[in-house]
Amino acid sequence: MAKTKTESATAVADPACVPEWTDILRQMILIRRFEEATEREFRRGKIGGYLHVYIGQEAVASGIITAIRKDDIVFSGYRDHAHALALGADPSRVMAELFGKSTGLSKGKGGSMHLFDVEHGFYGGYGIVGGHVTLATGAAYALRYQGTDRVALCYFGDGAMNIGSFHEAMNMAGLWGHEGMCPIIYIIENNGYAMGTSVERHSALTDLSARVLAYDIPSEKVDGQDVFAVRGVADRVVRQVRETGKPYCIEAMTYRFSGHGAADILQPYRTKDEVEEHRHRDPIIILRNRLGEMCGLSDDDVKNFDESAQAEVARALKFAEESPPPEPDDLYRDVVAE
Amino acid sequence: MADKSYRDAIRDAMMEEMDRDPNVLIMGEDIGVYEGTFRITAGMLKKYGPKRVLDTPIAEAGMAGTAVGMAMLGLRPIVEMMTMNFSIVAADQILNHAAKVRYFSGGQVDVPLVIRGPQGAGVQLSAQHSQSFESFYGHFPGMYVVAPATPADAKGMLKTAIRGRDPVIFLESAALYGMKGEVPDDPDFTVPFGQARVAREGSDVTIVSYSRMLQVSLTAAERLSKNEGIEVEVIDLRTIRPLDLEPAYASVSKTHRCVVVQEQWKPFGAAAEIAASISESNFDELDAPVERVTGEDVPMPYARNLELLATPHEEQVIAAVKKVMYANG
Repeated sequence: MAKTKTESATAVADPACVPEWTDILRQMILIRRFEEATEREFRRGKIGGYLHVYIGQEAVASGIITAIRKDDIVFSGYRDHAHALALGADPSRVMAELFGKSTGLSKGKGGSMHLFDVEHGFYGGYGIVGGHVTLATGAAYALRYQGTDRVALCYFGDGAMNIGSFHEAMNMAGLWGHEGMCPIIYIIENNGYAMGTSVERHSALTDLSARVLAYDIPSEKVDGQDVFAVRGVADRVVRQVRETGKPYCIEAMTYRFSGHGAADILQPYRTKDEVEEHRHRDPIIILRNRLGEMCGLSDDDVKNFDESAQAEVARALKFAEESPPPEPDDLYRDVVAE
Repeated sequence: MADKSYRDAIRDAMMEEMDRDPNVLIMGEDIGVYEGTFRITAGMLKKYGPKRVLDTPIAEAGMAGTAVGMAMLGLRPIVEMMTMNFSIVAADQILNHAAKVRYFSGGQVDVPLVIRGPQGAGVQLSAQHSQSFESFYGHFPGMYVVAPATPADAKGMLKTAIRGRDPVIFLESAALYGMKGEVPDDPDFTVPFGQARVAREGSDVTIVSYSRMLQVSLTAAERLSKNEGIEVEVIDLRTIRPLDLEPAYASVSKTHRCVVVQEQWKPFGAAAEIAASISESNFDELDAPVERVTGEDVPMPYARNLELLATPHEEQVIAAVKKVMYANG
């Protein structure tokens, strides 16, 4: 793994060497190893359909989801494994869902793009790019309507910002925010590409966080590879949104190291050099180096974390493999309430 | 029982449910301050306040999608589409999200959402404001689609919709808003989905219809009885999804002849599904092919005479009944 200089100048998180940071590192390693395993299992034919992995973007999920409360809620797009795992979904049940098994989070009905774990605050997992942003906005209204101080997170990629309903949602969020009725944090996972179309080619204004200002939603950019920076912004923004009921937008500048999906092998829209350059800013290495410098985290510690993540993933794979597929009768269940 | 208009029956249903359950709210374009294009929501903003009566921007996808999210969190939103024609702007939120989220989440969420509004022709609103959407929405699993034909059903079915756990497309007939009828006063009066009824008994021919065409069919039936001595049994489907065709099958077993009447276009319309099902169920009992009376297969024109030509009327229903009786000319 390449030696990388950490860049956390903007970090405002508590730099104390609290165990929480090693927990975040362990979570990010688990997500990485989990995603690597899904890519292998896709190639082996154990996982069908589409498979979009989060490798390279881990700090964006972990840095913000670790900053919310257990009763807060999260919506995501189709690149959703990391959000479920960061919220505490059982990796075995996530893997079982990808394997199309009855023990999966969504009983094998949703697959990779439709992970749901309502018990842990995860409200999905959606496959129409940007289509879920309206849902998350309404959910945020409901949280306030019910008199709670819970907040909603809504993750989406840079490509999602061009669908019409996205802008309808932003405008309504801005309006509801005036009444303190929209406690939501929109998180742009700006990995530079809408599938294979670069930001420069898909957005007339490439400053994406500036686009939401038109709806009176304040926003800021953060280095999405540096979890210290992400978490620092998240702590402040979550507190603010919880207090005010007004929406906020965080644009996390990140990069996906894998293709758009498991079938994106040639990647004609970017060069190997470009990918290699970004791999030098691996969010996991940035965090471990930082913890090494600040808190004396050793290579052995990291090795232990990695072994424990690999063991967890192995358990997940075994569980998924051994679980039964859905019953034929399940075909007709959950279409409408019974 | 009270004599109420279809419009008032809808408003009463919403207000009674808002009184009953604080989780019920309504959102739509110009429903609050303006009090609604068709005045269905008159007085509601004043009574319930802006948190429960939400004037939205002109953003159908925004209001339908946010309502899905509200419903997933336990609220019971009613979305008023100024006309159902505008609801297709929100097709992604309705068809890809509202109708699917229970299934692909493995049953982890309810989506108690009502999307309601007027549809159909009759008041010279031309091509973009006069369409009918029952077969469009009826095609998709994961939702209920209803089309009441009377004030009592409008009230009772809207209450069932609001109290339910799934998305409901509630199709009102703009041309019926002024129609009056007996409506039960009981605040817990509801009409279950998926239960068709016999609206008029008869022995010679079965007519299957719903919404405004049910009223056209009943008028035609009275004329046939008076002028020709033909007794038509009229079935009111009430619900489009799920279809309850058992009363129609039973009726056709008796009459052996069937006409299906719909306002929408013939190709791939609700009548095609209904006629096919009756042909499957009653094949050996039919004395004539199932006849369909439908709107003309053109965008709705503005000019009054052309609009009348494009929309089914009693004479066509009467002709179809005579045709299945081989009694024409």
